[in-house]
Amino acid sequence: MLQIIDRRNDSKNKSAVNRNRFIRRFKGQIRKAVQDAIARRRIADIDNGEKVGIPANDISEPQFRHGRGGRWSVVQPGNDRYLTGDEIERPEEGAGGQGGGASPEGEGLDDFVFTLSREEFLDIFFDDLALPHLVKTQLARIDEYKRVRAGYTSTGVPANINVVRSLRGATGRRLAAGGPYRKTLRTLHAELAELERQGAGDSPRAAELRAEIARLLRRIEGLPFIDTFDLRYNSRIRIPAPTTQAVMFCVMDVSGSMDHQKKQIAKRFFMLLYLFLTRTYQHIEIVFIRHHTQAMEVDEDDFFRSRETGGTVVSSALELMLRIVRQRYASTAWNIYCAQASDGDNWDADSPKCREFLESSIVPLVQYYAYIEISEGEPQNLWREYARVLANHPQRFAMRQIGGPADIYPVFRELFRKSLA
Amino acid sequence: MSDAPPPLPSGSEWTFEAIETYDREIGRVAADYGLDVYRHQLEIITAEQMMDAYASIGMPVFYHHWSFGKHFLSTEKSYKRGQMGLAYEIVINSDPCIVYLMEENTMPMQALVIAHAAYGHNSFFKGNYLFRTWTSAEAIIDYLVFARNVIAECEERYGEDEVEQLLDACHALMSVGVDRYKRPPKLSLTKERERRKEREDYLQSQVNDLWRTLPLSPEKEAEEAERRFPEEAEENLLYFIEKNAPLLEPWQREIVRIVRKIGQYFYPQRQTQLMNEGWACFWHYTMLYHLYDRGRLGEGFMLEFLQHHTNVVYQPPFNSRRFSGINPYALGFAMWRDIQRICRDPTAEDRDWFPDLAGSDWREALDFAMRNFKDESFIAQYLSPRLMREFRLFNILDDPAEPMLRVRAIHDEQGYRRLRQALAEQYNLGSREPDIQVWNVDLRGERSLTLRHFKYQGRDLGESRDAVLRHVASLWGFPVKLEEQDEDGAVRLLTEVKIDRRRNR
Repeated sequence: MLQIIDRRNDSKNKSAVNRNRFIRRFKGQIRKAVQDAIARRRIADIDNGEKVGIPANDISEPQFRHGRGGRWSVVQPGNDRYLTGDEIERPEEGAGGQGGGASPEGEGLDDFVFTLSREEFLDIFFDDLALPHLVKTQLARIDEYKRVRAGYTSTGVPANINVVRSLRGATGRRLAAGGPYRKTLRTLHAELAELERQGAGDSPRAAELRAEIARLLRRIEGLPFIDTFDLRYNSRIRIPAPTTQAVMFCVMDVSGSMDHQKKQIAKRFFMLLYLFLTRTYQHIEIVFIRHHTQAMEVDEDDFFRSRETGGTVVSSALELMLRIVRQRYASTAWNIYCAQASDGDNWDADSPKCREFLESSIVPLVQYYAYIEISEGEPQNLWREYARVLANHPQRFAMRQIGGPADIYPVFRELFRKSLA
Repeated sequence: MSDAPPPLPSGSEWTFEAIETYDREIGRVAADYGLDVYRHQLEIITAEQMMDAYASIGMPVFYHHWSFGKHFLSTEKSYKRGQMGLAYEIVINSDPCIVYLMEENTMPMQALVIAHAAYGHNSFFKGNYLFRTWTSAEAIIDYLVFARNVIAECEERYGEDEVEQLLDACHALMSVGVDRYKRPPKLSLTKERERRKEREDYLQSQVNDLWRTLPLSPEKEAEEAERRFPEEAEENLLYFIEKNAPLLEPWQREIVRIVRKIGQYFYPQRQTQLMNEGWACFWHYTMLYHLYDRGRLGEGFMLEFLQHHTNVVYQPPFNSRRFSGINPYALGFAMWRDIQRICRDPTAEDRDWFPDLAGSDWREALDFAMRNFKDESFIAQYLSPRLMREFRLFNILDDPAEPMLRVRAIHDEQGYRRLRQALAEQYNLGSREPDIQVWNVDLRGERSLTLRHFKYQGRDLGESRDAVLRHVASLWGFPVKLEEQDEDGAVRLLTEVKIDRRRNR
């Protein structure tokens, strides 16, 4: 007896477990590949999968095999030229022809390349940043719903009962169900009144009518005041939360002391903010402002690559940012976020100016202002001034001195906490 | 022929009814030809599931390991890039025999796969002596479920990392973990389960006895020192480790055993690839033509079928870009066809070479060959001069002592026997893979394990040997040495891994 089993719908993704094991096992190599990818990527591309290569040697599964050398006798098909006793040049290493048994697996030394899914890629990215789990799940998930009223349904939980609707229904039902009785009542009443008018109010027929009238009234009385059938509940459905637009300012010091390493840390900082914004807003614009003594709006490539020498005047960047906001993002439809990265150097007289400027003009405008100082030394004057801003605006302002990627997350702690609440 | 049966469903879309009809008709033809098969069950799967099945060496249930994830990823990559079509079929040597059909395939393809796998491979699994002796088709699925559960249980109790390391080590030894000559006991799930506990206790007591540390009397000790352990070299490394490794926990022995049993199960497949694939091709070809000749199949069906068939059995010549060794489907198919031809229509040459075969009943001859041979002996017995000419075979000797490669034989009168012998040797797993055996254990001293590589034809071990040896050492728990014995009997130490796992605890 033949059995045909349709397996198409069961156990999809059976090897997901094995895939995860593979990724876990080679986390070190994969992490390195992810880091390279981050350095290469644009900030807005952070949210994609990634093709990853691992050196083939690291993942080989060793077995006892023959190496090169030794006598090998090989039979091949398709002889079109040789006679017994002919001699043939040894083919170059790696060429075909010989070595049928030398490396049966044909193992090359190329990298083993495969594609990480978006989730896997972000997972590793987050790992570096030491994100709390709750934040990770929030970032990795796009859908946000809001529950809205959508009319009434006949099923639901008691807490959602709509009293007015339910009673209106009950009244209607009682009217409808009692209708035939009332019609009969009317004719009976008419007949009784007729009898009474004729003075036959004591006749047996009148008594009969009275009894019938009483019975019908009891009937009408007996209709349930409210029935489960009448109940109406408020209905709520989930619809995607309305999304709005945001603009993200990336402000970075590009004076000589910001080396490649520091810029890579700054890039992760910007990426994390971007990732957060993509979860909340549908449309995001990024503005890159770099500064030394003067500020300039640039594209992403210039932002991370170029390096200038000379002093640092932070307020120039803040002023430029304000100008851009007034020109392009003035309407209330824009949510403004700003991330600033610097190594803390600033011209001494400029720092108090920055503080005043931030407090008076910028902080009131933005949803969140995050500052990181990438340095190991003593905080400089800019830090001290910013610390005063923090004291006055702890909800919207965050700052931190960081040495590595894992220190970045706390800068956003307030931000994430707010959105999770 | 007024009441000729109607043609089979045509068109490229398959339906469950059409598959059933085809299966019934092909089954009828198979029975006419006397193919003895297990019951079978057809399973429709998606391409992704096919890749899943690939990754876990074709098995419907299997334990988890990163290496299967790696295979899945590489299959998926080449499939998505279109570098590789998926195999048309996977068939499992079990009773009932499980055959996977991919949903993307057209009806002619499904019919081809049914004929090829559900009747071709299936009858080979049931008839060939290697499969009959070494595998237990009725128990394998249950055993795999048992294995997966044991391993999952161990992962939970001892940690995934611990189990993963152990599996890595066992996998490295899988190819030297088979019995080549001894017949293993049949697999039986109930017995396995019942005995698992019992075996754990018993094994541990045996091991403890071997590693007794109480001093022996002086005479006895002298005697002991003389004795080699094992007394005869052991070719099955995994077996030896399972039974004798001093530091393994009972659950670790159980896992070693599982990997060994599964390796053993696959060993016949590696020994009969050419015969088995050729056999299946021969039967799908023969049976579908049988139906075509009786008007049951249309021209369109046959065209599509033949296109796939010729792709599968194409043998590129050695100097072609597509060449990657002898195609087992091509040579196997040609050999079975050739045996049929020799029986039905022998030439004078055939009568000379195969006096018993020429003119005999071809079905009996094929059946006999299928049951009693493996690749190596099959070629040695049946490869005909005519086929050697057709394939234009030639034999090259690569001897490092000589500056040039030499052509030792070609497809001519002087070369036939030598060519046939050389090709048979090429399918001899025993000489294709390095011969490594457990030679000695230093019972009274540092407890080191000595493996010995018996060198053949001057072939060295590849570089991977060090990595494998480290795996052996991690199982053994004490130093492991690898020696090499030349063909003239000289022995030298190749490499040594020094560890003492007790200190790492």
